[in-house]
Amino acid sequence: MYTSPLREPLIRGNKNYKQVTDDVLSPMAGKPSKYWYAGITLAGIALLFGGWATFRTVFYGIGEWGLNKTIGWGWGITNFVWWVGIGHAGTFISAILLLFRQKWRTSINRSAEAMTLIAVMCAGFFPLIHMGRLLLGFYIFPYPNTRSLWVNFNSPLLWDVFAISTYFAVSLIFWYVGLIPDLGTVRDRAKTKIRKAIYGFLSFGWTGSARHWSRHETVSLILAGLAAPLVLSVHTIVSFDFATSVIPGWHTTIFPPYFVSGAIFSGFAMVLTLMIVTRKALNLEDYITLNHIESMNKVIILTGSIVGIAYLTEFFMAWYSGVEFETYAFFNRAFGPYAWAYWIMMTCNVITPQLFWFRKIRRSVLLTFIISIFVNIGMWFERFVIVVTSLHRDFLPSSWTMYKPTVVEVGLYVGTLGLFFTLFLLFIRVFPVIAVAEVKGVLKSSGEQKKITDHE
Amino acid sequence: MNRYITAYYLDEEDLLKGLGQLKAKGLEIMDVLTPFPVHGVDKALNMRRSRLTRVAFIAGVVGATLGFGFQAWVFTVDYPINIGGKPFFAVPSFMPVAFELTVLFAAFAMVIAFFVSNKLGPAAKAVIHDERITDDRFLVVVKVGDGEGEENIKEIELALAEAGAEGITLKV
Repeated sequence: MYTSPLREPLIRGNKNYKQVTDDVLSPMAGKPSKYWYAGITLAGIALLFGGWATFRTVFYGIGEWGLNKTIGWGWGITNFVWWVGIGHAGTFISAILLLFRQKWRTSINRSAEAMTLIAVMCAGFFPLIHMGRLLLGFYIFPYPNTRSLWVNFNSPLLWDVFAISTYFAVSLIFWYVGLIPDLGTVRDRAKTKIRKAIYGFLSFGWTGSARHWSRHETVSLILAGLAAPLVLSVHTIVSFDFATSVIPGWHTTIFPPYFVSGAIFSGFAMVLTLMIVTRKALNLEDYITLNHIESMNKVIILTGSIVGIAYLTEFFMAWYSGVEFETYAFFNRAFGPYAWAYWIMMTCNVITPQLFWFRKIRRSVLLTFIISIFVNIGMWFERFVIVVTSLHRDFLPSSWTMYKPTVVEVGLYVGTLGLFFTLFLLFIRVFPVIAVAEVKGVLKSSGEQKKITDHE
Repeated sequence: MNRYITAYYLDEEDLLKGLGQLKAKGLEIMDVLTPFPVHGVDKALNMRRSRLTRVAFIAGVVGATLGFGFQAWVFTVDYPINIGGKPFFAVPSFMPVAFELTVLFAAFAMVIAFFVSNKLGPAAKAVIHDERITDDRFLVVVKVGDGEGEENIKEIELALAEAGAEGITLKV
């Protein structure tokens, strides 16, 4: 087999299979570090804040929020779209990069997918709480009922219900099927009876049989093929929530591709934020190397540039269309009372990712971390700008108004951040953060070892 | 009572070479247990191509038909409502839900078929021949029937040793 001398290995440090297992699984066996405790405490406090805000919303109603007659969508929908967007990276990495045969995905796909699942849970919370009555949340599903009414299949909001729940369910089984062999490894290494029993249950009786592996590979490939269009469909449908309405600033055909690339952009930023901390905390620098960070940064340049072009196209089309309301909506975005939000969005999303054209910055862990946070902030503001600036000055100047979130809305947002980090911190304690079996599979062809029989 | 002879390799290249030699000798290998999928083992064991893809296809077609058909039935037969003057049979707006159901059905049917055909499931009991096969061992398992005499067993063990396998053990 020919291996290019120029291409750096995916896994550093001349590992053998046993070392891979040890390196990835040993952090699970020991006691958590004090940073882990500090992290989960902070996340827990945020979660409690969210719990309080949820209680206020359910007990007193949506009046607790800063919404009004003109602005019916505020932070709730902003956060929903932001979280769904973040939830796009995981399945993109494991499905689309698998189809493109990008082997570097093996080190990051497991935790990126876990992040996806948690982010989609956080996202799903917002439409539910937006209904005000959580207990009636099941009304969104078409089920035979005494009112003999069905849901409105012509509504993009209903498509969202199907898209998000399918995305969550398929991502979950994709993630779990990939996890089963590694859970088998955890089971076989377990020292205590209880641990063995729990992981024995979770590993579904995995034996590593060649027949099982053959089917496992088929299933992974087909699931990737199914999940790839699914990833693209989810944010497309989320963008329909806006695009099919007749609000200036929302009613554009550019939205589906613009939202999908924005989603992958923000998802990769969040993966980078988390991975940079995780690789340091769990000593996984040999597995998640600078090359991985650089590859992800390249995806960020690409998707960030698509987002930048979309912003400019939107602006141009608003003027070129000659529609008075459309032109005003965009003029108001950039120079109106919410201009600060617009320019934060422009700076964070269009300018900062362009810094990654410099190799030095692309390969700097600290700068990547900082820029990834900027992108996260910028993408939140993108959704805020789209939702609020389009609504706050509508067709009737007498109903023009401003929107400010209340502490309850802030609490709901902080609460989902708390939920996200709590679940992620629990994930790194109970599941292998790197797909051990997949990394072993690419170790020989892409590791530092050069034990290749024919050319020895 | 089934008896097994197991032997392991420490490297997948050695495993593939060994499997070739064992196959040439006409030894019937029951299974090969590996920590990750090794390409070439499927050929050495004469495994058929998986038919799980067909399950996915059929379930996908069912999902698409059901998804589209249900929406069409609701809006044309069961309870037609005029929504903003849109046609009752609005094909484009039935597409998103039909697509999502296609993916959902195909994915779930295939994964369920995967678990059933492998006899895997929550709390399924695994026959663990060697705990290190999920770490760094590549184990070859040969089944020995009840009637087989000591000589036959010796012969198999010799064949395995000649093929470079280590840790040859007879298990009851």
